[in-house]
Amino acid sequence: MDFNDTPEEAKFRQEAAAWLDANARKKEYANQTWASILEDKSSANIVRLSRQYQLQKYEGGWACLHWPKEFGGRGTTPMERVIWGQEESKYIVPRGVYEIGQGMAGPVLMKYATEGQKQRYLPPMAKGEEIWCQLFSENSAGSDLAGLRMKAVRNGDDWLLNGEKIWTSGAHYCDFGIIVARSNPEVAKHKGLTFFFIDMKSPGIEIKPIKQISGGSHFNTVIFDDVRVPDAQRLGEEGDGWKVALTTLMNERVSVGDAPGPNFEQAFSLAQTVELDGEPAVKNKAVRSQLAKWYYQTSGITYTKYRSTSALSRGETPGPENSITKLVGANKAQEIATFGVDLMDAGGVVWDEELVEADARFQNAYMQSPSMRIAGGTDEILRNIIADRVLGLPQEPRADKGLNFSEIPTGSANK
Amino acid sequence: MNFDFSDEQKMLREQAHNFLRDKSPTTVARNILEGNESYDQQVWKAIVDMGWTATRIPEEYGGLGLGSLELCVIAEELGRSLAPTPFSSSVYLATEALMMAGSEAQKQHWLPLLAGGEKVGTFALSEGPKAASAGNLGTAVEDGFINGLKLPVADGDVANFAVVVATGNSGPGWYLVDLCAEGVERRPVKSLDPTRSQALIRFSNAPAELLGGAGQGWSLTEKLYDRAAVLFAFEQVGGALAALDEACEYAKNRYAFGRSIATFQAVKHKLADMYVAVTLARSNCYYGAWALSTDADELAVAAAAARLSAIDAYHQCAKENIQTHGGMGFTWEFDCHLYYRRARALAVNLGNKWQWEDKLISALENRGEVLA
Repeated sequence: MDFNDTPEEAKFRQEAAAWLDANARKKEYANQTWASILEDKSSANIVRLSRQYQLQKYEGGWACLHWPKEFGGRGTTPMERVIWGQEESKYIVPRGVYEIGQGMAGPVLMKYATEGQKQRYLPPMAKGEEIWCQLFSENSAGSDLAGLRMKAVRNGDDWLLNGEKIWTSGAHYCDFGIIVARSNPEVAKHKGLTFFFIDMKSPGIEIKPIKQISGGSHFNTVIFDDVRVPDAQRLGEEGDGWKVALTTLMNERVSVGDAPGPNFEQAFSLAQTVELDGEPAVKNKAVRSQLAKWYYQTSGITYTKYRSTSALSRGETPGPENSITKLVGANKAQEIATFGVDLMDAGGVVWDEELVEADARFQNAYMQSPSMRIAGGTDEILRNIIADRVLGLPQEPRADKGLNFSEIPTGSANK
Repeated sequence: MNFDFSDEQKMLREQAHNFLRDKSPTTVARNILEGNESYDQQVWKAIVDMGWTATRIPEEYGGLGLGSLELCVIAEELGRSLAPTPFSSSVYLATEALMMAGSEAQKQHWLPLLAGGEKVGTFALSEGPKAASAGNLGTAVEDGFINGLKLPVADGDVANFAVVVATGNSGPGWYLVDLCAEGVERRPVKSLDPTRSQALIRFSNAPAELLGGAGQGWSLTEKLYDRAAVLFAFEQVGGALAALDEACEYAKNRYAFGRSIATFQAVKHKLADMYVAVTLARSNCYYGAWALSTDADELAVAAAAARLSAIDAYHQCAKENIQTHGGMGFTWEFDCHLYYRRARALAVNLGNKWQWEDKLISALENRGEVLA
């Protein structure tokens, strides 16, 4: 049992650290975020700076580590990818703009696109010249993604897409997207889907930002009105869309990172600052009890990741650890946010960065954290995954089993 | 990085698993629960023959000279099997105490006897239903004789000797007391978990020999408890997993409303949450094992995190195992209550969770920075 790298891993870590040192700014404290140092937080500026950094990485040979070299990647082992992630997290660098494309769209193109398409689309994705998004979820299809309703109808050499996608991050600045649509409603729901990639500038696409409960708008609704997609942009066979989508969702589990803060350290530090009954709140027994639980959850998540990294290092396939760490992490973040607000007493209701502790981090997180328990697999779906795939329990019987999609009952909330 | 046990340690775990599955199925724990014996002598003898009591004792004192990691994998399997023996008292507490604080003569006398299982030791701190502290001990030693009452003492009715925490001239100290000597009166007491015996011991001018420095009993106890907490946490994880396995097996095969109850999300989500709790505890235990085996500065924090997460995980798995079994889980006939009993016994044996929460947060306050 040791925490040391193998000699090869140590060499890789050293190279990564040297490159980052020469090309990026080191964090001044552990939780410093890129957003916090940005003066211009507009998405245009975020995209501009992200492109710059991605090109730097590409030129230095650090883009798309897990991709083969011929498409602009580095062909690293999964362990080296983990090491890069650890090193890069010590620096203030833009994140997020390329994760969906490089993590999900890239691998699906590698598996299903023609040689010519791979040559055309993958290197620009690695360089950061073209940004990709993912169009899967719909109003009536989230956890039950295979119940989606976006229509794809064959029209000569093309397909016509009609319907609505939702929760698409960055749709307004993306160049291309991967999408799954229903090509045949008269078969079982999983069997009538077809997968495509599309040009986001195609006529008939309308993008509307979604206003979230936090007041911000990170996601979009994307409306399709007779959008024409060449059949050559189909990935996988007609009717095989579910199988193709599953490949990308498995990649999502690998690429979706930690639930963002607030974390134990921030809660601990707030409890040392804020007063309760005439002394620092951390002296209060109930507060200590609460903090102790978040500490062991935090360390439990950290060491669970170490264990899965060790398994990776030995060449084993990672298990369900990501489902566990995301489930625990998201709930903990929401609890810590609530704790932070409550600890500030009546003042906790003030959501003004100038007036409350910690730049209103806990108030922001209070309004942001409900999304963490939904995005990338809801709490309920994660528990199903653990129960069915890890504990080997039988699946819940499904009311839509054996029915054609058109016969499946729907409720008034499934618009 | 290899944040895992070595292949040899995993082999030892498998060997321990198979051995205990054959020699100490839950029927053995049940015999102790229902009978008059305090522990199973055959299983104890077999464990001694396997050399487990000698694991950490250096070769020069008749031991095997292995590390704490080996003891951790054995502990997990002992916890899983509910084996009713005085192993934890004698090995995690008495043996470790002697290795920590014993004089050369004391080590030469006691360690070979403990390694060979000829003597059983235990540790006596608690004095009734309250949290023991450096300032509230009623047991006292004067001129080499001890007086006072200890309750409960795990395996106190069968151990040959105890390391007793008592107040001496310079404050709390550790004292070796022969439990068969004159001036020692002891009897087993009824407890929540009869598969592990508990005793009341009254000392009336019994001979007591100082172990470690005079007045150092409290700081030694804290150190000993940090070490033991990691080992007990492995036992707790083993027991929690056994309860989870039982719950899953029963849920799969129990039908209601025309289907296996394991297909209901209300049931499967409960089982998933049990698995999540055990996984967090296991990961904290691994870190504790690392800190224990390397005597790292992080041991105090690592031990507290392992213990707190293991207390919670065992409690959750044991109570929800009963719930998953429905009415059958409340019957004497099913094993669910064995884990429910053991979960509580192990939740309080080294101090309750509030004390460990306080230790954890105090350690973090003193450290000034947080690693995890």
